[in-house]
Amino acid sequence: MALASYDVVLRLTRASKTFGPVIALAEGDIEVRRGEIHALLGENGAGKSTLVKVLAGLHRPDSGELEVDGVLQHFRSVADSKAAGISVIYQEPTLFPDLSVAENIFIGRQHRGRFKLIDHAAMRAAAAELFTRLGVHIDPSRPAEGLSIADQQIIEIAKAISMDAKVLIMDEPTAALSGVEVERLFAVARQLRDQGKGLVFISHRFEEVFALCDRATVMRDGRYVSTHQVTDTTVDALVRAMVGRDIATLFPKEEAEIGEPVMEVRNLSRAGVFSDITFDVRAGEIVALAGLVGAGRSEVARAIFGIDRFETGSVQLLGRDIPAGDTDRAIRLGMGFVPEDRRKQGLVMELSVARNTTLTLRRALARGGLIDSRAERRAAREWTDRLQVKSGSLEDAVSTLSGGNQQKVVLAKWLATEPKFLIIDEPTRGIDVGTKAEVHRLISDLAGRGIAILMVSSELPEVLGMADRVLVMHEGRITAELSRADADAETVMRAATGSIEQGVA
Amino acid sequence: MSTVTEQPVAHAPAPRASWLQRVLRARELPVTAALLLLVGVTVAFNPLFLSPQGVKDLLLNATIMMILAVGQAIVIITRNVDLSVGSMIGLVAFAVGTLFAANSQIPIWLVFVICIAMGAGLGAINGALTTLAQVPALVITLGTLYVFRGVNNAWAGGKQYFAGDRPEEFGNLSVNTFLGLPWITIVAIVVIAAAAIALGRTRNGRDLYAIGSDPAAAEMFGIPVRSRVFTAFVVNGALTGLAGVLYASRFNSVGATTGTGMELEVIASAVVGGVAIFGGSGTVLGAAIGALLLTTITSSLTALRVDKFWQQAIVGVLILASVMIDRIVSLRTARNLRISEARNV
Repeated sequence: MALASYDVVLRLTRASKTFGPVIALAEGDIEVRRGEIHALLGENGAGKSTLVKVLAGLHRPDSGELEVDGVLQHFRSVADSKAAGISVIYQEPTLFPDLSVAENIFIGRQHRGRFKLIDHAAMRAAAAELFTRLGVHIDPSRPAEGLSIADQQIIEIAKAISMDAKVLIMDEPTAALSGVEVERLFAVARQLRDQGKGLVFISHRFEEVFALCDRATVMRDGRYVSTHQVTDTTVDALVRAMVGRDIATLFPKEEAEIGEPVMEVRNLSRAGVFSDITFDVRAGEIVALAGLVGAGRSEVARAIFGIDRFETGSVQLLGRDIPAGDTDRAIRLGMGFVPEDRRKQGLVMELSVARNTTLTLRRALARGGLIDSRAERRAAREWTDRLQVKSGSLEDAVSTLSGGNQQKVVLAKWLATEPKFLIIDEPTRGIDVGTKAEVHRLISDLAGRGIAILMVSSELPEVLGMADRVLVMHEGRITAELSRADADAETVMRAATGSIEQGVA
Repeated sequence: MSTVTEQPVAHAPAPRASWLQRVLRARELPVTAALLLLVGVTVAFNPLFLSPQGVKDLLLNATIMMILAVGQAIVIITRNVDLSVGSMIGLVAFAVGTLFAANSQIPIWLVFVICIAMGAGLGAINGALTTLAQVPALVITLGTLYVFRGVNNAWAGGKQYFAGDRPEEFGNLSVNTFLGLPWITIVAIVVIAAAAIALGRTRNGRDLYAIGSDPAAAEMFGIPVRSRVFTAFVVNGALTGLAGVLYASRFNSVGATTGTGMELEVIASAVVGGVAIFGGSGTVLGAAIGALLLTTITSSLTALRVDKFWQQAIVGVLILASVMIDRIVSLRTARNLRISEARNV
């Protein structure tokens, strides 16, 4: 690309970032021109977010070069990035809920009048003027609390404009917006482009990329893949660039005998979160719930287990009804739940391995209301041995174990209850590659013992390698049900982005 | 969504909030209404309640609590709390007695300066421990509550100083009036006004609200969270020091147990006055009105000849009511948002 340098407002070259053994960004490249909207595409985990955080000054890259407006930059903080003229608008902006809209825009830079006191009226007027320029109507004096996500994003954009930003990065801004709100955001984005600002737009919705963007950069596995002129490319070409990888037999699921339906979910709905979710999971079967972040997968899983309430529909385990919100009954009937966030929801980090393992057994282990600690240790040893948890001693705090071993403790905790149905939300998130295969082997082994498993996963290779059946969700609905044979990366990706809608069997 | 239009989408215009709307939205409204109602009912039964002497008594009773509530509100707004104020009052009030006993000629203004500085110093201890140790202020100040009280016990022993030990002009601060207001009340009003301006109209003051509203976001924003929180504790300490001097002026005796248990009434005043216990919202004016309300309840129930037992119960009910109203409103907003922001689900 032989471009005069003054056309380019932002250029990141060969940026890398690792967190311990995890390579979040191997080779991040992007070049944004003045007056263009540049799409950044890639699967979950392709490194887009890390790249954005590098640009935002949240992460300091291990290597690479960053140029903003022709000047070499080394950001040490968010403030540096802002000072250089970069503003990032996140999917869910962090405003101060108790402060007024105007104050959220100008915090730390409030208009001041006599005696250096804040002139609230002038500040409100300035905010109102920004909103008029953007063609939106938000009351500058109302508190930010209760604003829709769309309005919060507009406020972030107004803030960026008031700081005279040169580059605006929008990280999946449309994921939580309605159609009308998306149109309003696009109108604002085009207006900014026409004023010569550079915009980076991250989205999983191809129709939006084609409607809004001028160029698109594709990333995969933390690396730059290609840059396309949007008018010269197709959805197919972009999808190929995004998934084009060998996903052979990384995670082999062993064949298991598939039995009768264990879990029957019928027409499950929760207003605004998911609707009309219907599926079965059979004994020995692994069903993957795939889709993009925010599609409502975890929410469905939580509702089945009873953490959140569903509003209509039914959940039956082995033919017995589980009412909305009744986690206790779910567990008693043989359901287990391995949550996405181990540290916060799956484990009590300060407690010992033994205590964590037997948390679900307190009733069985108690004699006269007190827990028999010898029986507790026996039960803990049995299950941690079976799952080969590597810990110094059962008395060590769980927080001292590695991510993979922590996940095994969570699994052990549920296996000790001898469940019939297990929900596993993002089984290998944050677990290093070596241990991943081991966790997968374990899950496959569980299915082999006749446990029905619902696996929520954002990682395509995991979904394709492990699942007997794949359910794909998009915006709160199941958009495709694919058998192991039919499921391939492109089909799942398209169903997840809403580009196709397959009849659900 | 296949077509995208170029024009900004027309929305229902959101007119700027009118004066009336802003009053109705104010967090001070419920507490002010409760205060007016209380005074109205009491006057209906006992007209002497609002006589010049009655008003003076009401204000005298409320003054010290109002200053303490203002200081506490500043700390609570940053999502912290200071439980040690009762013990700080005790230390400062005893220091006043000691100063006058040591030198009966000491200028009164010097006593004020020394005691305010002393309070600020105690507040600095709380602030430093909270911000450096990154331990919740609840725990830190629970500790200093006992430490300060222990120091007070060791220092005072069985000794008490009485009003007779202090110069008459000092005691007169809580007797003489200007335009019908006792001098110490005028001090309180100046404090409230200054604090209201500092919190409402300076950038540093607004930072306190941002910190209490979302500490993590404030940090990301580049607001110097630690130094602001530290300052909030120091200001609260200084105001508590001031309140301690006024306490010695107003009440007859100061000793080892002076101020014991006051912290809970102070926090209750702030909460009833609309200061959210988890920070971010509320005003010092509301907190001061809250203090006025709680002390007025005591007076009016006495005027109405209601049993003392009921007074505490009513304060309790007020706290629960103010917290529950907040909670119900936020739950309702959350549900409405979930539905209105849903996509085409």
